[in-house]
Amino acid sequence: MNRLAYFGLVFIVLLVLVALFAPWIATHDVGAIDLLARYKGPSAEHWLGTDATGRDVFSRVVFGARISLQVGLVVVVVSAVVGTIIGALAGYYGGWIDRVVSGYVVNVFLAFPGLLLAIALVAFLGAGLGKLILALCVIGWVGYARVMRGQVLKVREYDFVQAARALGARDWRILLFHVLPNAVQPLIVQASLGMAGAVLSEASLSFLGLGVPPPAPSWGVMLEEARDLATLQRAPHAMLAPGIAIALTVLAFNFLGDGLREYLDPRQRKR
Amino acid sequence: MKRKLFDIARRLLILLLVVWTVVSLVTILIELVPGDPATAILGDQATPEALAQFRQKHGLDRPSFFFSYTADEEGGPRRFRWNGADNRYVDYWRGILHGDMGNSFRTDRPVRELILSRYGATLQLAVAALLVAVAIAVPLGVVAGTNRGNLLDNALSVVALVGISLPSFVVGPLLIYVFAVWLGWLDPSGRFGWSSIILPAVTLGAALSALLTRMVRSSVIEEMSEDYVRTARAKGLNERTVVYKHVLKNGLIPVVTVLGLQLGVLLAGAIITEKIFNWPGVGLLLVEEGINKRDYRVVQGCVLVISVTYILANTLTDLLYRRLDPRIRVS
Repeated sequence: MNRLAYFGLVFIVLLVLVALFAPWIATHDVGAIDLLARYKGPSAEHWLGTDATGRDVFSRVVFGARISLQVGLVVVVVSAVVGTIIGALAGYYGGWIDRVVSGYVVNVFLAFPGLLLAIALVAFLGAGLGKLILALCVIGWVGYARVMRGQVLKVREYDFVQAARALGARDWRILLFHVLPNAVQPLIVQASLGMAGAVLSEASLSFLGLGVPPPAPSWGVMLEEARDLATLQRAPHAMLAPGIAIALTVLAFNFLGDGLREYLDPRQRKR
Repeated sequence: MKRKLFDIARRLLILLLVVWTVVSLVTILIELVPGDPATAILGDQATPEALAQFRQKHGLDRPSFFFSYTADEEGGPRRFRWNGADNRYVDYWRGILHGDMGNSFRTDRPVRELILSRYGATLQLAVAALLVAVAIAVPLGVVAGTNRGNLLDNALSVVALVGISLPSFVVGPLLIYVFAVWLGWLDPSGRFGWSSIILPAVTLGAALSALLTRMVRSSVIEEMSEDYVRTARAKGLNERTVVYKHVLKNGLIPVVTVLGLQLGVLLAGAIITEKIFNWPGVGLLLVEEGINKRDYRVVQGCVLVISVTYILANTLTDLLYRRLDPRIRVS
C-alpha cells in the first residue's frame, strides 16, 4: 500500500481509540454550559477553547468521533450485508431478480442524487439518529449490490465453482464458501469508501438539522452552531475544530479506500 | 440506424421509469409523516372543524392509494378496500401533468410559483460553480499531467484528494471567516451584487474542481502517449501547441461527461451551500420553508424539481457525449 493509505489507517486506528475511550480523554462534560467562559480561545483549561455557550470544544470533538463512527459503522455493515445478499442473488441466479435489481433499481438509484433521497426520507420521517441511519442505509446498499453482482458474474464461471457444482454442492454453499471469499476484496474497498460517505452524509444531515438533534456533539451540529458571524468573529476555532475533524476522517477513509483498491488491483498501480 | 433508434428508445424508457419512480416516491413519502400533516401544521389546539377544513382543502381527506388496509369508520377489523382511481396518488399525478404541484400548507401559495421564483438563483449558482471548477481544474490538470511523476504532480494529486474530501459545510464557513470576517472583502451571505456569488460558487465548486483535476490529469497522460502526439511533435510543433491544441481537445471529452453528471450533483449539493450563504434558491426553500416548517407540499415540490433537473441533466449529457465522440456511437 502507498504511504497515504498508511496515514489513513493510522488515523482511523487513533480515531477508533479516541471514540472508545472518549469519557477518559474528554476534559469536560460535553453538555456543560458555562456562560462566563463563552468564546474562550485555546488554553490549558480548554485545549481547543470554548463555543458560544461556553462548552468545551475539545471534549465535544472527542465525543463527536463516537457519533460519526457509530453511524458510519452501522450504515456500512447494514448496507454491505443487504447489498451483498441482493447483489449475490441477482448475479448468481440472473433472471427476473437480476432484471429488477440491475435493470431497474440500480438505474433509478443512479439517476437520483443520494443525499437528496436521504434528506427527503428524513424530512418526512422526522429527525433522529435511528431515522438518519435508516435513510443512509436506503441509499447505501446499492453500491455493494453492484460490486457484488459484478464479482459473482465473474467468479461463478471459474472452474472451482463448476467443480463444486458438479460435486453436488448446494447454491447457498457455493455462494457462501466459494463465491463470497473471492468477491470480498472489492467489497472491502467499497466499505472503506462507503465509510467516508456515511460520515460525510451524517455530518451533512446533522448540519441541515436533520440528523442527531442539537445538544448532541455531532460534528455537523457543532459546525452549524459555530458558523454564525458572532461566533466566527470571536471564536473561529469552534468552527475549525469540528471542520478539521470531519475533513481528516473523510480523507483518512478515502486514502485507505484508494490505497486498498490500488493494492488489490495491480493493473491500477502504475497510474 | 435501427440500433441507434432502439438505443434512444431504451434510454427514454429508463428516463420515464425513473421519473415515474421519483414522482411516486415523493407522493408516497408524505404517508410516512408520523401522525397527521393537518395536526402538524395547525397544532394540537386546532378545532376538529379547522382540521377537517384543512384536510379537505389539500385533499388529505381522500384515500391515499388505489387500495387501503385500514379499519373502517366504525372501528371494525382492518381489511383491504379498493378505492379505485379516486385517490391522492392519482390526484398528485393529475396535478403534475397540469403543471400544478399543489398549494403550500402554510402560506397557501402555489408551490409551482414558490419554486419558479427560486429556480433561477439555484441554476445560476450551479453554473457559476461549474465555471469555477473548470477554471481551476483544466490548468492544474494539464500541469500535473505533463509533469507526470515529479514533485509538482504529486503535490497536486494530494491537494486534489484533500479537496475531494472537504465537504462544503467546512469550506463555506472557512471562506466566510477568511474573506468576510477577517479580510472584509465580500458579503458573508445573501444575494446582492455580482460579488455575492463568488463565495457560494467557490464553495460548491471546490470538490468538483478537485475531482476534475484528477480526471484532466489522467486524461492528458493517456492522450500524450497517442500516435498523433508523436506526429505533431515530429512535424516540429512546440510543446505548448501540442498540449493545448491537440491533447486537450481529445482529453476533454471524458471530462465533459463528468461535467454533465456533476451538474446534477451540484444541484443537489446546492441545498447545503444555499443554507450556508443564505442563497435564495430551491435548496433554501426546501430547508427553510419546507423541512423546518414541516410544509410537506413544499418539500414534495422541491424534491421533485431537483431530482427531475438532475435526471434531465444526466440524460442530456449522455446524448451529448455520444455526439462528441464518434467512437462511442459505433460501439
